[in-house]
Amino acid sequence: MSMWRPCAEVERCVGKGAAGEGRSCGETSCSRAGSGVVCGREESGVVGLILSITQIKLDGLSLFVLMAIEIVQPSVGLSKMAVSETHGEDSPYFAGWKAYDENPYHETCNPTGVIQMGLAENQVSFDLLEEYLEANLEATNWGQKVSGFRENALFQDYHGLLSFRKAMASFMEEVRGGKAKFDPERVVLTAGATAANELLTFILADPGDALLVPTPYYPGFDRDLRWRTGVQIVPIHCERSNNFQITPEALEAAYDHARSMNIKVRGVLITNPSNPLGATIQRKVLEEILDFVTRKNIHLVTDEIYSGSAFYADEFVSIAEVLESRNYKDSERCHIVYSLSKDLGLPGFRVGTIYSYNDQVVTTARRMSSFTLISSQTQFLLASMLSDKEFTQKYIKINRERLRKRYEMIINGLKKVGIECLKGNAGLFCWMNLSPYLKEPTIKGELEMWKTIMHEVRLNISPGSSCHCSEPGWFRVCFANMSEETLEVALSRIHEFIKTRKQ
Amino acid sequence: MVILRENQALLSKIATSDQHGENSPYFDGWKAYDQDPFHLTENPNGVIQMGLAENQLSLDLIEKWVAKHPKSSICTKDGISQFKEIANFQDYHGLYEFRKAIAKFMGKVRGNRVAFDPDRIVMGGGATGASESLMFCLADPGDGFLVPTPYYPAFGRDLRWRTRVQLLPIICNSSNDFKITKEALESAYENAIASNIKVKGLIITNPSNPLGTTMDKETLKTLMRFINEKNIHIVCDEIYAATIFNTPEFVSISEVLQEMEHDPMSLINPGLVHIIYSLSKDMGLPGFRVGILYSYNDNVVSSARKMSSFGLISSQTQYFLASILSDEEFVEGFLSESSKRLAKRHKTFTQGLEKEGITCLASNAGLFVWMDLHRLLKKPTFDEEMDLWRLIISDVKLNVSPGSSFQCVEPGWFRVCFANMDDQTAEIALKRIHAFVVKKGRRNERAPMNNKRSKSFQKNLRLSFSSRLYDETNMMSPRVMSPHSPFPRSPLVQAKT
Repeated sequence: MSMWRPCAEVERCVGKGAAGEGRSCGETSCSRAGSGVVCGREESGVVGLILSITQIKLDGLSLFVLMAIEIVQPSVGLSKMAVSETHGEDSPYFAGWKAYDENPYHETCNPTGVIQMGLAENQVSFDLLEEYLEANLEATNWGQKVSGFRENALFQDYHGLLSFRKAMASFMEEVRGGKAKFDPERVVLTAGATAANELLTFILADPGDALLVPTPYYPGFDRDLRWRTGVQIVPIHCERSNNFQITPEALEAAYDHARSMNIKVRGVLITNPSNPLGATIQRKVLEEILDFVTRKNIHLVTDEIYSGSAFYADEFVSIAEVLESRNYKDSERCHIVYSLSKDLGLPGFRVGTIYSYNDQVVTTARRMSSFTLISSQTQFLLASMLSDKEFTQKYIKINRERLRKRYEMIINGLKKVGIECLKGNAGLFCWMNLSPYLKEPTIKGELEMWKTIMHEVRLNISPGSSCHCSEPGWFRVCFANMSEETLEVALSRIHEFIKTRKQ
Repeated sequence: MVILRENQALLSKIATSDQHGENSPYFDGWKAYDQDPFHLTENPNGVIQMGLAENQLSLDLIEKWVAKHPKSSICTKDGISQFKEIANFQDYHGLYEFRKAIAKFMGKVRGNRVAFDPDRIVMGGGATGASESLMFCLADPGDGFLVPTPYYPAFGRDLRWRTRVQLLPIICNSSNDFKITKEALESAYENAIASNIKVKGLIITNPSNPLGTTMDKETLKTLMRFINEKNIHIVCDEIYAATIFNTPEFVSISEVLQEMEHDPMSLINPGLVHIIYSLSKDMGLPGFRVGILYSYNDNVVSSARKMSSFGLISSQTQYFLASILSDEEFVEGFLSESSKRLAKRHKTFTQGLEKEGITCLASNAGLFVWMDLHRLLKKPTFDEEMDLWRLIISDVKLNVSPGSSFQCVEPGWFRVCFANMDDQTAEIALKRIHAFVVKKGRRNERAPMNNKRSKSFQKNLRLSFSSRLYDETNMMSPRVMSPHSPFPRSPLVQAKT
């Protein structure tokens, strides 16, 4: 893979004018190579994977990765990036998908199939969207005369449709109950939050640099933040003892750990509300994180993709609110990622945004968005919908209520058989604790449990280790991508399973 | 061992580099247009945009189809039943119906002489996103890709900016109509090797931008033999495939591969062949961001597909295109009519220019002509070309693209787009050129010029070609960027809400 970073010989390499550009520095030996740090050398495939191991620190998975080393040879003619495993699709997170794909549940056609609970999708409020569209077909479909088609089809400007940008800014304000203001001029459009996170990483960090990310985190980050960028993730370890909240000590520890490996830290990336915890970050913690990044003079990226999925509007505090209360002091290091994939349940439309308080980032991100623009057809469709305040306020409110109801349903259902979950208040999933049921309190035990649940209980849920959780036994269970009936079926299967386990 | 941490809040090297290309002086052309855009009735003396390779000639055909097929949109009464499923669909394989339709369309555009496999179709965020992804798959930072000059200016950004791949020019000259010669190819390759650059492949645009010509089969075969011999990739950007309006017929790399693949004497490895495609030019739908990467290499398909997560096509758009492109009758009618209209516009233009004694490279495709104005230069230098270009903007009030922005080695060539305007505007443009030529004919009377030019840019143009290209620190090479005006107030970018 093209993952490399300057080794201790960096001054010498720089002197030869080669290091930092992915070219061989010509040094035949590098004092740091043995500890998993690669100098600007070409054959970094194997060493790159060793880096993976130190990052994720998983016993079970490291076996997996070690096996992969045998396979990773630069194949004829492709880039290292293409042959690397950093796309992350060989993790168990995706293996569960396979099981589901081969035997998908259907309430009538395949009632014994695998129920997909590994997919954080929001299908509980679709009817509201359909209702809106049916009442506003003209506004969303180029108008009856279709004359708007031409202009729309030709529109490829990376600033995006002004009406759509305004609508996004307005929608983001609604989601935060008007507690923060968003300027349409700072909205940069990308094809999904996936692209937004990668794009920001390209802008904020050089290959070999690191972003600090609190664990447990969304497994897709391993690909989105690292794969093509060559940037590393250094985890901020969070513990169950304080409900996995980010502490100043954990922040400092992560930073120091990176520095001890001679890695330059460029920023902190948090998800608020958190995936996979399903909980909002408290205001006090946001303030501490903001102070930390200011002290270290690094960036803060906040992925607020689940902001509209907080069950109680007043329990979600956006970083935008904190910045506003500080009069935007030091805000130029802050950037927000958003998307309509979760709150509106429109993942297929690829609607992501970067909102940055830094002018240079806005300009550069906009240029880079050329690689990943949102279809003008989709911008047009959503522009009218999202600027309709009556609709958005109603949608946001009802969506929150329905998600809360779903959450309570699953939590209570699990509680009935003695399964505890982390106290959550947002998102499309709950963070379930099965550690009392593991054969051994290790990742191996967790993966065994996960396989059992997949094959015997026939539920695809996501093991905490795929989220880099520091403690084994936690699982992310999605509840918003199915009907209530299916959820009942899933719960009854879990009941059965626990009953037999207890015997 | 202390790593210097000054100003860590600064951005990455990629972010602060100039490889996005927008700092080039050529934005003067955009500025002139943005500040004074032509409008038939409201601003008839404004600058006419002829630097934008868009196909606006046949959109009415699509509009008519859309009006007659409400089911193709998920936002109509007839289509809304599909809304939920489509809006939820984010699989990076893409809608099967969409892939099937694109594969069929691509086959049709090539006269069904080849068939395309829907399972090899990978999506990208426009051809822009697709070509960048392909570079990420084929080359490591620092590796090089050969590219014949003149070439599409945005390659500088698309292929190099975040990938850190280098572009190695294959020099082409007007003496043989800018065709690629084996000598030029070998020479470029050898130069790269001598500079210690690992050559990973060759990228061609066929039909060519900015030339508007198609490559003949023999040249394509020569290229195929070359890349096989060197074991490097060939990337063919066939984004203008359906803009052919005249003979010779278009020959796609896919046809050549088909012919050579089974020839035991050729030993062609299909795994080295990749095609970039898009609907932005052939169908005139740049806003829909339909980029396609088609590879004969399974590993590339697999890798690129994963990468497509960073630039998927909106499922709403996939659904619409699956519908319209599966309508074979429509497609056949569209391709035929579009070709006719392009032929007509091209003829009007070239004949109009000929009347003024202005010749263009003989072309049979594309949305532009490659106009030869070298006789209007006082001296055959790029400085003179720039002067002439500024004159054309300020006096003739046409935004055209100077050849140096395409890395052309001979000064005096200009790319002039003709398919992004209606007939009346085209006529007005020709009238203005006529008036300009008449005026210029009086050689002693040259219009006063705005001589503001950055020193570094001037220096840049006087560099010998090879040093200009291999000088990594020189990011100020002229580029005309894709149609992203940095000034959002132009009507081009304003949407009617």
